[in-house]
Amino acid sequence: MADEHKEIDPLTGTPTTGHDWDGIHELNTPLPRWWLWTFYLTIIWAIGYWIVYPAWPLLTTSTQGVFGWHTRSAVVDDLNELKLLRGPMMDKLTNAPVADIVKDPQLLDFARAHGRVAFADNCAPCHGAGGGGTRGYPNLNDDDWLWGGKLEAIEQTIRHGARSGDKDDHEGSMPAFGREGMLKANEISAVADFVRSLSALPVEKGADLALGKKVYADTCVTCHGPEGKGNRELGSPNLTDKIWLYGSDKETIVQGLVNGRGGVMPAWQGRLSEPTIKALTVYVYTFGGGEK
Amino acid sequence: MQAVRTLSLDQAAPAAPSLARLVAAAEVGAPQPGSDGPLYAPPRKIYPQSVHGTFRNIKWAVLVVTLGIYYLLPFVRWDRGPNAPSQAALLDLPNHRFYLFFIEIWPQEVYYFTGLLILASIVLFLMNAVAGRVWCGYLCPQTAWTDLFFAIERLVEGDRRDRMQRDQRKWTLETFARKGVKHFLWLMVAWWTGGAWVLYFADAPTLVKDLATLQAPFVAYAWIGILTFTTYTLAGHMREQVCLYMCPWPRIQAALTDEYALNVTYRYDRGEPRGAVSKANELRAQGKPAGDCVNCKQCVHVCPTGVDIRQGADLGCIQCGLCIDACDAMMTKIGRATGLIAYDTDINIKRRMEGQQPFVKLVRMRTALYAAIIAIAGGIMIFTLATRDSEGISVIHDRNPMFVRLSDGALRNGYTVRIVNKQLKYREFILSIDGLPSTLVDFVGQPPRADGRQLVSVGPDQTKEVRVVLTDYSTTPPASSTTVLFRLIDADSGQIAEMRDHFFGP
Repeated sequence: MADEHKEIDPLTGTPTTGHDWDGIHELNTPLPRWWLWTFYLTIIWAIGYWIVYPAWPLLTTSTQGVFGWHTRSAVVDDLNELKLLRGPMMDKLTNAPVADIVKDPQLLDFARAHGRVAFADNCAPCHGAGGGGTRGYPNLNDDDWLWGGKLEAIEQTIRHGARSGDKDDHEGSMPAFGREGMLKANEISAVADFVRSLSALPVEKGADLALGKKVYADTCVTCHGPEGKGNRELGSPNLTDKIWLYGSDKETIVQGLVNGRGGVMPAWQGRLSEPTIKALTVYVYTFGGGEK
Repeated sequence: MQAVRTLSLDQAAPAAPSLARLVAAAEVGAPQPGSDGPLYAPPRKIYPQSVHGTFRNIKWAVLVVTLGIYYLLPFVRWDRGPNAPSQAALLDLPNHRFYLFFIEIWPQEVYYFTGLLILASIVLFLMNAVAGRVWCGYLCPQTAWTDLFFAIERLVEGDRRDRMQRDQRKWTLETFARKGVKHFLWLMVAWWTGGAWVLYFADAPTLVKDLATLQAPFVAYAWIGILTFTTYTLAGHMREQVCLYMCPWPRIQAALTDEYALNVTYRYDRGEPRGAVSKANELRAQGKPAGDCVNCKQCVHVCPTGVDIRQGADLGCIQCGLCIDACDAMMTKIGRATGLIAYDTDINIKRRMEGQQPFVKLVRMRTALYAAIIAIAGGIMIFTLATRDSEGISVIHDRNPMFVRLSDGALRNGYTVRIVNKQLKYREFILSIDGLPSTLVDFVGQPPRADGRQLVSVGPDQTKEVRVVLTDYSTTPPASSTTVLFRLIDADSGQIAEMRDHFFGP
């Protein structure tokens, strides 16, 4: 076969491969031999990978490789290294009371960085990526706190939650006055209008504010207070401000009166580590709404 | 007049086949026409002969200077004070800093490297426009280390003739010993080359001590190993194969050159027809033409890439000028004028053949443009480097939520402010906000000082993040967007950095 195409290209003097595509001939310009050997070497090198690293799938496991290297153990090693690196600051964070953390600029930076990641992992699904909240899930950036906005209060809420079933949780919820038959429909409508009037929101024409005031004084005042300012002990919101967890329209307020309200904040103590809870406390506190 | 193969832009087809054959010959060691070409061609072993002369001296000087810088620079100290390393050239990867004497580069300033790369490529183009591939012949690391390895080879195994003869003889104990010593010395140089490389990434004296006492990190040993291997292989064994097969520059270079660029040129107008000295004298006595080339092949023997320059421009020619030295030495010996091979152009050969004066045209549109680009790019880089600020501020507005309504109806926006201190000392900055008439500013975790000033202290060569919360208490209905100016003032020197952002409402 080798002798079949002894053709020399007249223009370049180079032998051709003998291939002919519509009169176009391919010059045979050989590669250097070391290139060939390098190619073989890469194949041999690849075989080394099979031996050294986990490679071949078996029925229930795979070949383990002579180095004993594994992606999982590599991650564990990396995490241990990280733990070692963070060690001193982490110890400080674990042992310092939250009130001291915000006074130490370096520790505050560390706690906020730690808190940012923990917040994104655990809190953002309900409270939003930046703690902006949504209907039923409080905005953590504002100055309205159901259970208190001081450092210790925020820490307490994160640790034990609200209506979470934890023995130290925040309890108290809005009863279902309508469904339970405690208030009649006209009373619910009247008190809803009255509540809107507390924060100077317009009320419906012909609203019976006198009845609303009476119902409020008989029923709501226990938790929301005589002036409607709410009670943080019970988590009852301030009805006179501009912030409404579920909405300020009458229909929403009526819904709350009929069916009650009681959103759940889980208890994070035991689920998150001590330094993480403290970091989250500081992070949420420094969103801007934290109380002195 | 014998037909001479040249690469010349004004010469038509006849030269092309011979040139292509030359390129093929240089690349694969001349496949024999008439035989079926092999699929893979063995490399031709090249035995360059030692040579003395001007260009060899220039090459030695460049080699000593460039390799000297490479090997010794990590040990040069540069005092930056207590808060920064005292190594003149340091790539501090863990701390994300690059130091070069008085310059310190932060990660966000890597565009200086882009500028440097642009400068480097245009300087390369300018060199090429002036004198072809002089980069390859004198400055390229591949050339420098290969040259050094050639020198070691000559020292241990003798010159061209000795080496060729030894390789043809049967292996003796002496061959074994000499080759062993050569490879040992090559490996030592390669090892030291790899060792010098890692010294640019850590404090050199400390690392040398750690390496010697086996306490350096594994990655340092790994890199020394890798670079020992590449240096030994590329400079000891691959040599001209790197230039012929691996390097993209010869390919690009051919497209960037022009007919005025000075190339190492065999002046065939003077050299042809070739012949021995006695024969030439005879011919001249008879009034017949005789050239100056005595066909001694010294030019071929000294060539590190095995090129015969007398066949014209060649892919393998790295423009090192060693053939010029070899030819000049021979011409001096036989009492003829030097310069039979020289940095010259094909245009000049033709002009001399036509009885015209040769000329060198260094200033042309191409060189002028390259020089202008170099001046502009270099000027911009020096200007920005000289006038860059040693402090900076960047502001990121909270994205979620964009704004917050407070219980009394006021609006609040949150910002993350990062303050940059590029000086190597602690600095205190006054942070202030302009643009909102009735605003409460809260610098989270940064209580004002006793005198009421809002100072933020930032560590040497560090950044500091501060959360800033703006609350607008104005009674006028809020605009959907108001421009806010964040101003940073150095409390001592008064240097200012500013950044604009916005205050959003519903």
